[in-house]
Amino acid sequence: MFFRRKKKNQDACPSVADNPKGAGCSCRQQDGYEQVINKSLDRRSALKGLTAGLLAGSSLLNTSCSITSNEDEKELAALKWEEYFKGNYKLMTDEEKRATVERLERMYALRNGGKINISDKGPVKDVLYGYAFNISKCRGYMDCINACVKENNQDRDSQMQYIRIHEFKKGQMNFEMADDNFYHEVPAEGHFYLGTQCFHCDNPPCVNVCPVEATWKEKDGIVVIDYDWCIGCRYCQAACPYDGRRFNWSAPHVPENEINKDQHYLGNRLRKKGVMEKCTFCIQRSRNGQNPACVEACPTGARIFGNLLDPNSTIRWVLANKKVFRLKEDLGTEPKFWYFMD
Amino acid sequence: MKVAISLIYDGFKEVTKGTTAYHIWMAVLTLLMLFGAYAYYQQIVHGLAVTGMTDRVSWGLYISNFTFLVGVAAAAVMLVLPTYILKDIDFSQAVLIGEGMAVSALVMCLAFVTVDMGGPARLWHIIPVIGVLNWPNSMLAWDVIVLNGYLFFNLTIPFYLLYYHYQGRKPREAVYLPGVLISVFWAVGIHLVTAFLYAGLPARPFWNSALLGPRFLASAFAAGPALIILALAVIRKYTPYSIADKTIDKIAMVVTVAAQINLIMLGSELFKEFYSVTHHSNSAIYMFFGIGNKNALVPWIWTSIGLNLLATVILTINRLRRKHNLLYLACALLFVAIWIDKGMGLIIPGFIPGPWGNIVEYFPTWVEIAVTIGIWALGAFVFTLLVKIAVPIEIGKLRYRGNQSAG
Repeated sequence: MFFRRKKKNQDACPSVADNPKGAGCSCRQQDGYEQVINKSLDRRSALKGLTAGLLAGSSLLNTSCSITSNEDEKELAALKWEEYFKGNYKLMTDEEKRATVERLERMYALRNGGKINISDKGPVKDVLYGYAFNISKCRGYMDCINACVKENNQDRDSQMQYIRIHEFKKGQMNFEMADDNFYHEVPAEGHFYLGTQCFHCDNPPCVNVCPVEATWKEKDGIVVIDYDWCIGCRYCQAACPYDGRRFNWSAPHVPENEINKDQHYLGNRLRKKGVMEKCTFCIQRSRNGQNPACVEACPTGARIFGNLLDPNSTIRWVLANKKVFRLKEDLGTEPKFWYFMD
Repeated sequence: MKVAISLIYDGFKEVTKGTTAYHIWMAVLTLLMLFGAYAYYQQIVHGLAVTGMTDRVSWGLYISNFTFLVGVAAAAVMLVLPTYILKDIDFSQAVLIGEGMAVSALVMCLAFVTVDMGGPARLWHIIPVIGVLNWPNSMLAWDVIVLNGYLFFNLTIPFYLLYYHYQGRKPREAVYLPGVLISVFWAVGIHLVTAFLYAGLPARPFWNSALLGPRFLASAFAAGPALIILALAVIRKYTPYSIADKTIDKIAMVVTVAAQINLIMLGSELFKEFYSVTHHSNSAIYMFFGIGNKNALVPWIWTSIGLNLLATVILTINRLRRKHNLLYLACALLFVAIWIDKGMGLIIPGFIPGPWGNIVEYFPTWVEIAVTIGIWALGAFVFTLLVKIAVPIEIGKLRYRGNQSAG
């Protein structure tokens, strides 16, 4: 099985950055979030949006004035206005959470015509998620990565991936000698494989450093990000010892027909340019009792996920019966991500 | 109120007239700022993807310059301390210049942080009450507070002094001295806090060192006053503001001692990295020698070390330091050396190797370089404006004429 990764465009040619596919602006397909974002950055339409937002607030003008082209655009502008001034999700009341979710769903419908489902489901009581990775079983197929990208609506242009699969030569486990960027058939002779992603530390260094509390640990142990509150300073990325965080260096782009419409506010909803994101243990799935996409996709059964507080869960069985270890334990981060071998 | 309006009016008149050289200087700076603004526009439209930064090296030229300039800003304290507190008269002529430099450096710092943000439009999230400031947990929250506080002191104190001198009145010590005292401690604070921003990350062993804070201070108190000496040399040459040799010699003494301490600390860092090499030394190995064929920082860091040594030798030998042309040269060399060392030489190796040992290099793009040059031009522009107004007030040329002219 092959997996190609595109190298990030190093030179700064604006036309390439703008049109990665080389297509002209006008004939470009409507795809996901990107066009909308480009639009909001255009000064003229931003001003137009602002005017429209003010107008939409006034029902008097609504009927008599036709500054904006149609009702939808007015509504969208008003929603954008409200979204811009909303608070930090962590501090919202349940009503406010519901309201922003409904706004986001409505905005998607206005922009793309389709319906998406954004959940604001909170942590389930008596649940603490944990993850175990069987090094003996992983063969480097990277089905987990593909499933993760699809499930979590990651940017296709930069081929953003939350999971890294490291290929080690047998006889050592030195990460410096491992390769997490390989392009050959797997499993390679004399090699073994190990995956890393966000470890959802119990003592997460990324959370402490965030200047605006845009990232935090939920009650069920999942470390989440409020994409709309993040200011994009990337301090968390510098603070993470596990390379668990990713940044949207340009506007993320997911083709319309590939968008996963079952979303969670803190999970796989569509992100925007200039914000952090990362693995959320597929919060949109896990909080509904499902396994994360990577666990489900793994063809070798190397990935185990479950509730650490449930004594009958598989993860608890692994912790009790296997010799498990965690990475960089000396840093005191207490990852909820264990490794073991058969 | 009338005085303030008159001061603004007179100040505006003052900065819009000058020699041809002055106009050319300001025009060049304006052009550079416009070029930087254009590059920043590209970045706004296309995102930070137009920079050389990636998920592997997620801070680059912007944060490097920010870190260096915090040091320059902190250095104003070197002049404030003896002038106001020890009543050392030799420094007083330079102190307003130093504070002007602190203001310009802070403006650049804030600009560099802002251009590094993924969502500059959402920066209001950091303002307490309407947003959320993660204080005291986040060192970045501390940095926001101390930098803005420092900016406040360095704006208000000189403004108060100039405001009174403008009217020909003597400023009251009871008003400005407490502020001066606080700002002295504050200056040390801004630099330590900025160092802690990096030193507090166990994820990056290259930064996670107790020496980082003191080393920041030493290098700042070398580079900052070195720049002030260069600025004073220019001001002395092109304006009627007379600055005694003795003032420059005293500041040179400060630069010399700081440069020497900085070298000692550099030596102890090198010893720790290279005497017993662990895998935590990889960042230093990468920076000084390169790893494999990845060696982008090697020429930079050796240039820095060379300039640093040369400058410190010139400064240390009394006979050489007293020759002003050599002193200026040494200051320029030292400034460049520390800019490399505490900018790129500090930030980039923090990310190389990455958390899993990968060596992915970083090269700034033209957008980043253009924005950086634009912000430096902005700093120089602000500094020139401040000096242009302060100098005529200080030499008594520019005075409030409100009462006799009355309109």
